[in-house]
Amino acid sequence: MAKITYTDQQGNSKTLDVENGLSVMEGAIQNDVPGIDADCGGSMACATCHVYVEEKWLDKLPKAEEGEVDMIDMAFEPKKNSRLSCQIIVTDELDGLKVTTPEKQS
Amino acid sequence: MIKTDVIIIGAGPVGLFAIHQLGIKGLKAVVIDNLDKPGGQCIELYPDKPIYDIPAVPECTGKELTDRLLEQIKPFKTKFYLNERVEEVKTKDNSWSIKTNNNNEFIAPNIIIAGGVGSFEPRKLSLKDADKFEGKSIFYSIKNKDDFKNKNICIFGGGDSALDWALELSKSSKITLIHRRKDFRGTQHTLAEIRKLEKQGKIKIKTPFQLDNIEGNEKIQSITIKDESGKSEKIKTDIILSFFGLVMKLGPIAEWGLNMDKKNISVNPNNFETNKKGIFAVGDICTYPGKLKLILSGFHEVALASVECFKRARPNEKYKFEFTTSSKTIKDRLGKK
Repeated sequence: MAKITYTDQQGNSKTLDVENGLSVMEGAIQNDVPGIDADCGGSMACATCHVYVEEKWLDKLPKAEEGEVDMIDMAFEPKKNSRLSCQIIVTDELDGLKVTTPEKQS
Repeated sequence: MIKTDVIIIGAGPVGLFAIHQLGIKGLKAVVIDNLDKPGGQCIELYPDKPIYDIPAVPECTGKELTDRLLEQIKPFKTKFYLNERVEEVKTKDNSWSIKTNNNNEFIAPNIIIAGGVGSFEPRKLSLKDADKFEGKSIFYSIKNKDDFKNKNICIFGGGDSALDWALELSKSSKITLIHRRKDFRGTQHTLAEIRKLEKQGKIKIKTPFQLDNIEGNEKIQSITIKDESGKSEKIKTDIILSFFGLVMKLGPIAEWGLNMDKKNISVNPNNFETNKKGIFAVGDICTYPGKLKLILSGFHEVALASVECFKRARPNEKYKFEFTTSSKTIKDRLGKK
């Protein structure tokens, strides 16, 4: 279990307890967090679960695989700290993770 | 006006299997899809990715699954209306009438919506001014390459479309290829060609840059690109080509008065009918308690929906459940002896 904070571009934020094994995307979808669409359902095929990860967490997350980076090319306004939230799997180590959702997903 | 028994919206795997389930019951169908080929997400998003959970098919790619389904529905000679989007649905004498953006009109007692997450459309540039120039100086696809001769063209994107068009158009125009990171996705061969042309000065490559501003009134004069550190550069530009893949948009379906749950259509899990009699939703687009967005769930959903379609299309006939292994009628319909 980890506390994950989702913040939108207006600064509204929601902190949730997300079970280990779920993705950061699933944590958002199951709790109606707006700003994450996840059109493809987590198969790394659409880039609509794109989030910006708080800088200090970037190195603590397992590195994005090539397919994820390729998909981020398609995302809305990608930055250095861009990740697909469907590819970040929650573990105890991620307790306190903060992500920001982009202005829009497509 | 085209009359049929069932109008299928969406030519993804579930829409294709709908043809089969309707066909063996003797029902005629037409299929409408916004893409230029059948297969839906399987063909557009993951043609080469293996799928492992199709019953009795241990492993196949999105492309292979599509090809096999097309083979399976061959006997029914169904007409596909591709590159067409359904714009309007109206009720007409206990039937439904549909109009597409290509001005085709269909009438049928049943509509099966197998629309996945919506129709695929190019992902558009997010800059405010981008709308203003779309179709004049900004393009998301190329219909006639002769329109792109002797121009200063900036191409955005790092995938096959961006690379292939950079190669092709460099024969007659000045190309700048702009991508947000140093690595491109593309075949070794294409990448080598691009690098060769870069050395010869025929293509300029700008990485890691993103579009920051568009300058111009009626036409684009120049663009400004920026990197992560804030360094910017102005490039003389006549045309922007943007290849950031496709997004899925639900589109007009959301306005048909169907009961929706977020982006999904609520259905009765007994027959996958929506709140409108004769309109069914199957596959990823439908939702009901316990729904799983799996291709195999879609196959089941469409089998049940096709029974209800039969009852509506043939109100004077009694529906008789039959097995493909033993039914002579079905074998005839499949062209088997």
